Amino acid sequence: MSNCFKSIAGPAIASGAGLATGIFLMLFSSVAAAAYEYNLPPPATSIAREIMGLHNAIFFICVVIFVLVFGAMFYSIFAHRKSRGYKAAKFHESTTVEIVWTAIPFFILVGMAIPSTATLLRMEDTKTTADLVVKITGHQWKWQYEYLDQDINFFSALSTPSDQIENKAAKGEHYLLEVDKPLVIPIGKKVRFLITANDVIHSWWVPAFGVKKDAIPGFINESWTRVDAEGTYRGQCAELCGKDHGFMPVVVKAVSEDDFAKWVSEQKSQMVASAADSGKTWGKDELMTRGGKAYSANCQACHGAEGKGLPNMFPPMAGSAVAAGPVDAHIKAVLHGFKTGKFAAPMPAFAAQLSDTDVAAIVTYERNAFGNTAGDVIQPSQVKALR
Amino acid sequence: MASAHHDEHPTGLKRWLFTTNHKDIGTLYLLFSLLMLFVGGAMALVVRAELFQPGLQIVDPHFFNQMTTMHALVMIFGAVMPGFVGFANWQLPMMIGAPDMALPRMNNWSFWILPFAFTLLLSGLFLPGGGPAGGWTLYAPLSTKGGMSMDFTILAIHMLGISSVLGAINIIVTVLNMRAPGMTLMKMPLFVWTWLITAFLLIAAMPVLAGAVTMLLTDRHFGTHFFDAAGGGDPVMFQHIFWFFGHPEVYIMILPAFGIASQIIPTFARKPLFGYESMVYATASIAFLSFIVWAHHMFTVGMPAGGELFFMYATMLIAVPTGVKVFNWVATMWRGSMTFETPMLYAIAFVFLFTIGGLSGLMLAIVPADFQYQDTYFVVAHFHYVLFSGAVMAMMGGAFYWLPKWTGHMYNETLGKWHFWLTAIFFNVTFFPQHFLGLAGMPRRIPDYALQFTEFNQISSIGAFGLGLSQLLFVYIIVQTIRGGKKATDKVWEGAEGLEWTLSSPPPYHSFVVAPTIK
Amino acid sequence: MSAPQGSYYLPSPSPWPLIMSAGLFALALGGALALNHLDAGPWLMLAGAAIIIYMMIRWFGQVIGESEGGVYNPQVDASFRMGMTWFIFSEVMFFAAFFGALFYVRQLAVPNLGADDILWPGYDAAWPTSGPKGPQFTPMGPLGIPLWNTIILLISGLTVTWAHWGLLKGNRGQLIVGLLLTVVLGSTFVALQAYEYIHAYTELDLTLKAGVYGATFYMLTGFHGFHVTMGTIMLMVILGRSIRGHFRPDHHFAFEAVAWYWHFVDVVWLGLFIFVYWL
Ligand code: HEA
Ligand code: HEA
Ligand code: HEC
Ligand code: CUA
Ligand SMILES: [Cu+2]
Repeated sequence: MSNCFKSIAGPAIASGAGLATGIFLMLFSSVAAAAYEYNLPPPATSIAREIMGLHNAIFFICVVIFVLVFGAMFYSIFAHRKSRGYKAAKFHESTTVEIVWTAIPFFILVGMAIPSTATLLRMEDTKTTADLVVKITGHQWKWQYEYLDQDINFFSALSTPSDQIENKAAKGEHYLLEVDKPLVIPIGKKVRFLITANDVIHSWWVPAFGVKKDAIPGFINESWTRVDAEGTYRGQCAELCGKDHGFMPVVVKAVSEDDFAKWVSEQKSQMVASAADSGKTWGKDELMTRGGKAYSANCQACHGAEGKGLPNMFPPMAGSAVAAGPVDAHIKAVLHGFKTGKFAAPMPAFAAQLSDTDVAAIVTYERNAFGNTAGDVIQPSQVKALR
Repeated sequence: MASAHHDEHPTGLKRWLFTTNHKDIGTLYLLFSLLMLFVGGAMALVVRAELFQPGLQIVDPHFFNQMTTMHALVMIFGAVMPGFVGFANWQLPMMIGAPDMALPRMNNWSFWILPFAFTLLLSGLFLPGGGPAGGWTLYAPLSTKGGMSMDFTILAIHMLGISSVLGAINIIVTVLNMRAPGMTLMKMPLFVWTWLITAFLLIAAMPVLAGAVTMLLTDRHFGTHFFDAAGGGDPVMFQHIFWFFGHPEVYIMILPAFGIASQIIPTFARKPLFGYESMVYATASIAFLSFIVWAHHMFTVGMPAGGELFFMYATMLIAVPTGVKVFNWVATMWRGSMTFETPMLYAIAFVFLFTIGGLSGLMLAIVPADFQYQDTYFVVAHFHYVLFSGAVMAMMGGAFYWLPKWTGHMYNETLGKWHFWLTAIFFNVTFFPQHFLGLAGMPRRIPDYALQFTEFNQISSIGAFGLGLSQLLFVYIIVQTIRGGKKATDKVWEGAEGLEWTLSSPPPYHSFVVAPTIK
Repeated sequence: MSAPQGSYYLPSPSPWPLIMSAGLFALALGGALALNHLDAGPWLMLAGAAIIIYMMIRWFGQVIGESEGGVYNPQVDASFRMGMTWFIFSEVMFFAAFFGALFYVRQLAVPNLGADDILWPGYDAAWPTSGPKGPQFTPMGPLGIPLWNTIILLISGLTVTWAHWGLLKGNRGQLIVGLLLTVVLGSTFVALQAYEYIHAYTELDLTLKAGVYGATFYMLTGFHGFHVTMGTIMLMVILGRSIRGHFRPDHHFAFEAVAWYWHFVDVVWLGLFIFVYWL
């Protein structure tokens, strides 16, 4: 447990806080096995370390105050009880005492406020030049990362299989904290985040960085980080954003500068490859397989794994009139979204996040799965024409 | 003159439906509050049951969110606020030497709005698309996209607002206009003081909430763009308006609890309240500060640093007057001659546990640290310490304290003590581990969680069910006391001071028809 | 406070509060259904409104009867006065929420949007605005109807006060004429406001949907207009009672309550005139 308390606020406070936590634990918790986490996760940036130092320090001060105040109270409860024959005193005020216990807390608070202010000002320093700028957009229920200067743009969604969530399969080590495509950033560099959202408010949070910023539709918030060490850092969306708020993790891979450069060029070549994809003509089976995967990544959250939807919230795909009707209308529905008013939320637009091939595959899939029998096969070129 | 013929009042159902009597209305409020504690508690148990294990077992995520949202709305607007108004109705006229509340018909109206408003609110759960699922804070634009139950919620909140404002007006007028001759402001019992200030907070805060939800309604249905950037609005503006109400609201829920503790502790310490005047000034300072701290709920929305600093400092300042209160309670006990009947146990637990919640509140106020705590279970732990072990346990203590006066019977002390210890222990089992969950990074409002959070969630869920079951004992004790038991004396408690203890137990229908003389 | 306690009037049990709550419930439920296009909605709302109006007539009727019957001593009168004062304070806070919204969008939201070149490039954040994606419209200037309405309301404030002097002096003619003038002025205000809305909708393209400008404009002036309407109705009731010979120089709480309310509406308008129309 003691390694939780590597604090910059000085070893004295750290061990004091550790001791105090220990006392709390003995009082309130039955077991103290190693699997239990009692404090903030190990910090990976200087800001997170400062926060942890602050946290430990204020916690320690609070514990001291608490022990003093309630030490007095419990002494009194023990000593000044009628059953021990104690006779009540008559005093009921003392201006001196009252001034003292107004003033002392005030000065303690000033003492807490000073380092907090300093840390806050360092955190808010988004202005000094950054080495890399990433725009982060929250969507229901996935994150979009755009590297503004590198021209890289991708979505990052939960990759935990639904079997694990529904208890049909054993849960993996990073249950609910794993994504299909993590954000990749270089270590030792100042990375600036521009955070916004597309539909409702989300909040982008990586505890080990000490970064949490709300993603607000229509507005951009700024934050930054500089990661010390390579590793995979995990966090979660921290603002209620609807049904699957609990299922939109943040995963960040911090890599060395060289690896980052390699990763960037890989991304570029992948983009070229996927452009080539949309030029070719696809067979039905290929599209169905790809469509099934893309459906579960993008559509299943609302329309359900079996395409049943959710009554009055999301329409079913099984037996959907759109999926049986004209192909163009179906493609457009997916590309541009729409709202009939029959359901509380609109159908979101997917034009920005899905390639032509993916849309073609999904639409093909929807028209031929869940008992739907439209039978047609859609090619990426058809999608491209409707963008 | 008028009071004489009013002593004959209807009996049976009509007595309760049409009553203009402060005690009857107080009883209605208290019973309603108890009912809502169970309704809201049952919803919390759904939440805790789902969180017992990782994975989705019992409910789907959408329903889970409805339960979280409704749990909070029912507890806050149904259990805590009406509960305190019930105490005010019973106690204020007796404590200031008045025959009744100042505006008795309006008093009845304030109450009867509640059952209707909650019918409207709860019926949302049975609508197509389910109940409101955006959290009790109703943040836009999630709530502007919600289903039709959102409209039910908004209109129910309007009704609740009317009820609260009318109730608060009645309380202010009663306190300012109905005191017996000689009962100067600085002689009023502290419970009266805290309620006077709470009523002011209510009148200032509730209309602002009404404004906020009205804007939601027009954004939803009439094409306004208050909370939509495309039209020049701002979703964050909703949060500002909401919390301008929301923060005073949390003191609305704690100041009367301070009042109850300040009545109970001197009684069982057999020693007058220490620092009466500073208690009054501290209450007033808390009320004042409560209007300039609201954005501490919004440290992560991206305010400019100057704003964050202002709200951090203002929030931290609240620890000073609150500290004065805590110290005064301890000083009241100091060198008293204490006994530990159930109400006293509750009052002590209140001071002890509320302070834990207060101190975690102070930690939340430190902006850089709040970036880590915000929207995690650390916050959930904080506010259950101030709300359950603060507000609710103070009410339980108050109930045991005044029940003999109200019913004329002593409650069963052994059972009372059992109820106290069960509640206090299970409460801590439920909510203490949530601090650790929050620090370790578990967000709130999620139906499923990563594996490292499992153990503490299991402890918490077990605690919650224990806590819930213990409340059945509470109901049993109350019913038993109403129906019979040892006859209570007028004074009930050896150390009791104050006008209510000069009346018979139970008190006459109109409390003080002839004004008492106050030394 | 010093009055003998035994004489504080305690009303006997009353069915009105319960029925009033039921009316409110019907109104709210009907409203929620109507907003969601369910057929029962408007009817339920109508029923709720009818219950409420009926109840208010009966409830206030009873209170007026009691008041004229002389059961209220000065202490009861003081309760009513305090009650009305705090009620008006609650109304002030309701308007404060909307004024707060207006200040917030003007000082913070709109400038922030204007400074954002990534999401809203080229948006020129000059007030009045309907936002980066809002429709075109012409804002409402302070001259013309708004100025006239300001003058009308200010004069009406004087006329109620003049009526009050009449009441205090026991000059019933002055009381009635003063109230009549106030009612006429109030009604004129409402009529002009309605005309202004039509003008805005048909000629200025200034609608409720015209971004935050339209939203704040209509919500503020609309709630105010609603309050003026209520105030005018209250004045009419007071006028009717004055004609019937109600009120005495030393006992006329209802008159004062309405007059206070009217002044409150007046002050809110000044705020509107300055911050919505003028600046
Ligand atoms: C009864 C209700 C109640 C009360 C009394 C309080 C009291 C306080 N609260 Fe709490 N709070 C809530 C109910 C309440 N709160 C709720 C419901 C939420 C969550 C809302 C939501 O998001 O759903 C919340 C959330 C909340 C947040 C936002 C967290 C977040 O979302 O990130 C913050 C941040 O500053 C905060 C701070 C405080 C502070 C500083 C106090 C102070 O008043 C506490 C003062 C008391 C003490 C400090 C202890 C006693 C003092 C001493 C012994 C003196 C000596 C002490 C020192 C000098 C340190 N609260
Ligand atoms: C006064 C307010 C109050 C009170 C008293 C409580 C009481 C309890 N609360 Fe609540 N809670 C809130 C206010 C309150 N809460 C608020 C404001 C939120 C935030 C909501 C949001 O995020 O929007 C919240 C959120 C909240 C969460 C977080 C949910 C989430 O983030 O997803 C949890 C989880 O454990 C929880 C648990 C509990 C429990 C176990 C109790 C227990 O104390 C309850 C004990 C149980 C009972 C007293 C009832 C006993 C019932 C039975 C025995 C069953 C009987 C059966 C019948 C009814 C027939 N609460
Ligand atoms: C955030 C939730 C959400 C996601 C994710 C989502 N949809 Fe939808 N979808 C909706 C809603 C809501 C509607 C109904 C809209 C309406 O009728 O107003 C809808 C409607 C549809 C319809 C028309 C159904 C009918 O019969 O009317 C199709 C087809 C569809 N979606 C396909 C998709 C595809 C393909 C994807 C994934 C690429 C997807 N949806 C992802 C919410 C979603
Ligand atoms: Cu996205 Cu919560
Ligand atoms: Cu607060």
